[in-house]
Amino acid sequence: MREPGKASARSPLSFSVNGETRRATAPPMSRLLDVLRDELGLTGTKEGCGEGECGSCAVLMDGLLVNSCLVPVLEAAGTKITTIEGITHDEQWREVQAAFLECGGAQCGICTPGMVLATVELLRKNALPTDEEIREGLAGNLCRCTGYLHIFKAVAKAARRNRAR
Amino acid sequence: MRADPVEYECVAPGSLQEVVTLLAAEPGAWVPLAGGTDVMVLYAAGKLAARKFVSIWNLPELRRIVVRPDEIMMGAACTYSSLRQHDLLGREFQMLAAAASWTGGIANQNRGTLGGNIANASPAADSLPALLAYEAELILASVRGDRRISYQSFHQGYKQTTMAPDELIRAVCLPRKFSGYSSYTRKVGARRSQAIAKVCVAALGKCANGVIEDLRVAFGSVAPVPLRLVKLEAALKGREIGRELHDLARKLVAAEIAPITDIRSNLEYRVAVAQNLMAEFLEQLASSESRA
Repeated sequence: MREPGKASARSPLSFSVNGETRRATAPPMSRLLDVLRDELGLTGTKEGCGEGECGSCAVLMDGLLVNSCLVPVLEAAGTKITTIEGITHDEQWREVQAAFLECGGAQCGICTPGMVLATVELLRKNALPTDEEIREGLAGNLCRCTGYLHIFKAVAKAARRNRAR
Repeated sequence: MRADPVEYECVAPGSLQEVVTLLAAEPGAWVPLAGGTDVMVLYAAGKLAARKFVSIWNLPELRRIVVRPDEIMMGAACTYSSLRQHDLLGREFQMLAAAASWTGGIANQNRGTLGGNIANASPAADSLPALLAYEAELILASVRGDRRISYQSFHQGYKQTTMAPDELIRAVCLPRKFSGYSSYTRKVGARRSQAIAKVCVAALGKCANGVIEDLRVAFGSVAPVPLRLVKLEAALKGREIGRELHDLARKLVAAEIAPITDIRSNLEYRVAVAQNLMAEFLEQLASSESRA
């Protein structure tokens, strides 16, 4: 039997989410994914596999793409998190979402937030990726609807548009 | 059954000294947690016996890469992304940089760490054959001080290592002594990213006038541990590359590895692939000399 009350004292953790300071009272081993969705109400981040294989739960943590299902919330304390909701209101990166819509890069929508975040990470590092680089950048994000080709087109379009800005 | 986070402790002391003190206070009770790419998978599935986790993700002393004249020292919590971005590592230790690039996808490379790959001790781990071929050494930290060991003796059996319960991998060192060697590495898996290897290999060799002067051959996913083929190396050293040597190498590979049939592949396929990879290495080794 566990000693009640000993584990996981619920000291609030604070971190920046989409530019706002947020506090979470979840236990420290809670998955960042669950804190975002259940405690902060940011349900744009999706759970697919829950084991880091599919990329549906991807967010940016201090500017780097991570699978939020594999991040204990304690390790997110003090970081800057960007979710798909943050991208929607971002002048520069909302264009990525628009390109996905225009190219048919979104169907059921479960993988789309992760795909968009992976695209943002890719274009930040590499403003004009080749087809091969697009495939590598999105290789950790699985889609069961589109067959990927429309997604790759959307990424290329977003890259061209972003460069033209 | 999914894990209930209320039942788990997780702390982030913020210094290596505090981490090893905690590990020593209750040996075996605390599990070090870096990027979580292995631990959190088992955790979420409710398959972890441990209830106490100590985060080493943010320890600056575990994130440094130090280049010395005779070796490169990588902090154990260096991520695959940081290894891929390191210029010298990409030039001198291409097999490790390659392994980092085919581990998971970008999100997992941003979180997964070299030390985590070693401590998790999967025989299928992508980066471990390269560490064996490059004759890595590990620095293990504990309250008793640091100790430096050869990586080759680290894995004792399936998921069994020589690390004591109060120890933490602090750094991985690679000697800079392979400049004249030809390197060969390849992963055979279901897809390029996000796939665990059916077989992977990392090999180094040096050849003069068609004769193998020196070689290192290490395989993943062919035994209970990441395996360096020391018997094969000894038998091939000093021999001329040709038909006869190819036949011998195939026999020696099959004799020294001990693959299993599992969800990703089967024993027969793994033996055949390992033999073919060995043959490809020997061909490359022979042609590397003719090009030079």
